[in-house]
Amino acid sequence: MTPSLDQIFVVAKQTILGHVPAAAQPLASAVLSVIPILVIFPLLFAITTVLERKGLGRIQNRYGPNRTGPAGFFQPVADGIKSLTKEDIVPLSADQAVHFLAPVLLAAASFLGYAVLPIGRNMVIMNMNAGVLFFFAVGSVVELAVFMAGWSSRSKYSLLGAMRAIAQMISYEVPLVLASVVVIMQAGSLSTVAIVEKQAGYTGIFPHWFVFTPWGIVGFVLFMIAATAESNRSPFDLPEGESEIIAGYYIEYSGFKFALFFLGEYLGMFATSGMAITLFLGGWSAPFSFLQWIPSYVWFFAKLLALIAGFIWIRGTLPRLRMDQLMALAWEFILPTAILNMLVAGVWRFMPAGIVRWLVCAVILAVPCALLAQGLKKKKKFQVRTYQFAE
Amino acid sequence: MTVAFLILAVLTVAGTAAAMGLRNAVHCVLALTVGFAGVAAIYLQLDAQFVGLTQIMVYVGAVAILAVFAIMMTQRPTAEKPATYSSFWLTGSVIAAGVFAVLARAILTSGATTAAPAEPQISVQQIGDSLMHQYVLPLEIMGLLLTAALIGAVVIAMDHREESK
Amino acid sequence: MVGEGILKGLAETARNFFGSYVGKDRLTTIQYPEERLPQIEATRSFPFLVFDGQDAQQGLRCVACQICEKECPPKCILIKKSADKKPDAVGKPQFYPAIFDIDISVCMSCQICVEVCPFDAIKMDVDYNLSSDDRFGGLMLHKEQLAKSNQYYNEIHPTEATAVDTFFAEERAKAEAKVKAAAEAKAAAEAKAAADAKAAAEAEKAAPAAQEQPVGGETK
Repeated sequence: MTPSLDQIFVVAKQTILGHVPAAAQPLASAVLSVIPILVIFPLLFAITTVLERKGLGRIQNRYGPNRTGPAGFFQPVADGIKSLTKEDIVPLSADQAVHFLAPVLLAAASFLGYAVLPIGRNMVIMNMNAGVLFFFAVGSVVELAVFMAGWSSRSKYSLLGAMRAIAQMISYEVPLVLASVVVIMQAGSLSTVAIVEKQAGYTGIFPHWFVFTPWGIVGFVLFMIAATAESNRSPFDLPEGESEIIAGYYIEYSGFKFALFFLGEYLGMFATSGMAITLFLGGWSAPFSFLQWIPSYVWFFAKLLALIAGFIWIRGTLPRLRMDQLMALAWEFILPTAILNMLVAGVWRFMPAGIVRWLVCAVILAVPCALLAQGLKKKKKFQVRTYQFAE
Repeated sequence: MTVAFLILAVLTVAGTAAAMGLRNAVHCVLALTVGFAGVAAIYLQLDAQFVGLTQIMVYVGAVAILAVFAIMMTQRPTAEKPATYSSFWLTGSVIAAGVFAVLARAILTSGATTAAPAEPQISVQQIGDSLMHQYVLPLEIMGLLLTAALIGAVVIAMDHREESK
Repeated sequence: MVGEGILKGLAETARNFFGSYVGKDRLTTIQYPEERLPQIEATRSFPFLVFDGQDAQQGLRCVACQICEKECPPKCILIKKSADKKPDAVGKPQFYPAIFDIDISVCMSCQICVEVCPFDAIKMDVDYNLSSDDRFGGLMLHKEQLAKSNQYYNEIHPTEATAVDTFFAEERAKAEAKVKAAAEAKAAAEAKAAADAKAAAEAEKAAPAAQEQPVGGETK
């Protein structure tokens, strides 16, 4: 019974395809695979906006939205109606074509990333040999869309915001890719399906997820930090900080285009979380072997919701990083740690399995990391404040 | 000559032609990016996954951004709206047609259009193997070159605060 | 430890998040139209006129002395005295206000009118839902709108109202006692005067009889 529940969507798709004439089958197969993504993830986006507002509210000792609908859950409907019916103001000196295309490109690039995420057993849209590479390639198109948005508005604030956003995204793309390289080294393949299959085994009741290894934990943490920075989320949201630069690169956008930017940003966050789940958290596999009766797609979305909750939690806790602090963190701490992580992954591969391997790798990772953190902290000179006129 | 190839070819040619013909430099770079994407798609269509995806990641994700940064930093903000198409489009098109004719003749008479035997599927692992065994020297030299470029950029952009103290 | 500050911060926000479902001290929002913040007794918004009893016209304590009108700093009170008199809170016939207007868009809630009123007739209300969509006269309150009963005053300012009520009760008792004493004195005086008159009348009656005889006797 449970295997069929697990494969219910695959079987449904095969049944529908059986009714379609053979000539149109590739097209129908593509459409049937893509439509659930186009439906589910924007729905998840809507739910996430209201969950985030309520979650942040509770963290800040207040209710979130609680008037529209039961406990405020129709708030995204209200937001959607507002966005769609707002007047679309385009500045007179703006570059009309580029101004229009930027949000479209952002949303399209964000949707493309879902093509290689395995959402359940046998449920991936495209099983590419270089799936992980495809994901990162598509992620770099987002930067171009950000630039287009910032430049086409012909406004100082938007250009400044775009520059900072691009600098931040490029800086954090390097640790993002390096953190995933360790997984590729261990799994021996760039295909996301193969990576998940490698993590789907169990020793006793414990899973083989990569996050339960020293390099996996560090890699996961680094990947999540870099993912937070890639999606311009707090505490890395200086390019779009409302109190700093108003809205940064999408300051001149209103109405539906603004909603598209918002959608693209959140979809990027979901896609990168999905990739983190695929690479480190075992994709669609259950955390304990006796829980395998729950369908695989339920586990994927459960993990995704857990990561989203983590994002919201971090947003409610940490203050915004300044631009130079952000860049210093990327190049001075995260990049060396990622390179050290790759070294440790190599050591892991060539040592015999056992507790010694675990301890050795953990020590090789922990000690330089702690020393680096200490050294970086000492570098900051805290001056004694003197008040020139107030004495 | 599949439909996919036709569409991609038209897209690439249109993109690169626009890159030559448009007036505004940033528009040119964006059109060139469309051309890059078209080329990457053609690579993917030929089943060269690694090359195609690296083309997207490197050209669209890095080179195009570098080009727009460079143009933006060195351009004066133009107050008037310039004409969309360059005034040299006729000459440029003639020269481009000439180069195309030469290249087309070279390719068509080289014998690469005869039906080639089924090529082996090059996997990423084979690329990695050959990089580490056969081509390790060029790889290291490229690494050194990139390191030199990086250090040079850092030196140029560095804040020479110690000397002014 | 690396990242210690971040972990402590995360623990604090998690405590806030879960605590907000459990305790009230981690969720301080008041859901406005359904819940209201409790007000202290000394709350004040704008003045109102107190009347005793049921009838707002007859029981109105204000005697139109116009002290509050003179003392009001922004001059937001307008009073016009009546032509006739009516008994006030203690029983004495006094003038009453034919017109008593307060412009609450001008009033600054300083409470000076309350402090100077010798008759405890004007007190501070606590109602703040006074917005109106009539932009010309909506915030000018007239005597009918300003007059509220003593019961209402007891509800909003219990200790003050009790003090005022006891004071009035004493005053009334004193006044009644005075009236009773005056009535008694008057009755005693009347009785005394009646007795005197009676004695004088009797003496009068006896006197002419006594007077006629000496007249005959004296003429010998």
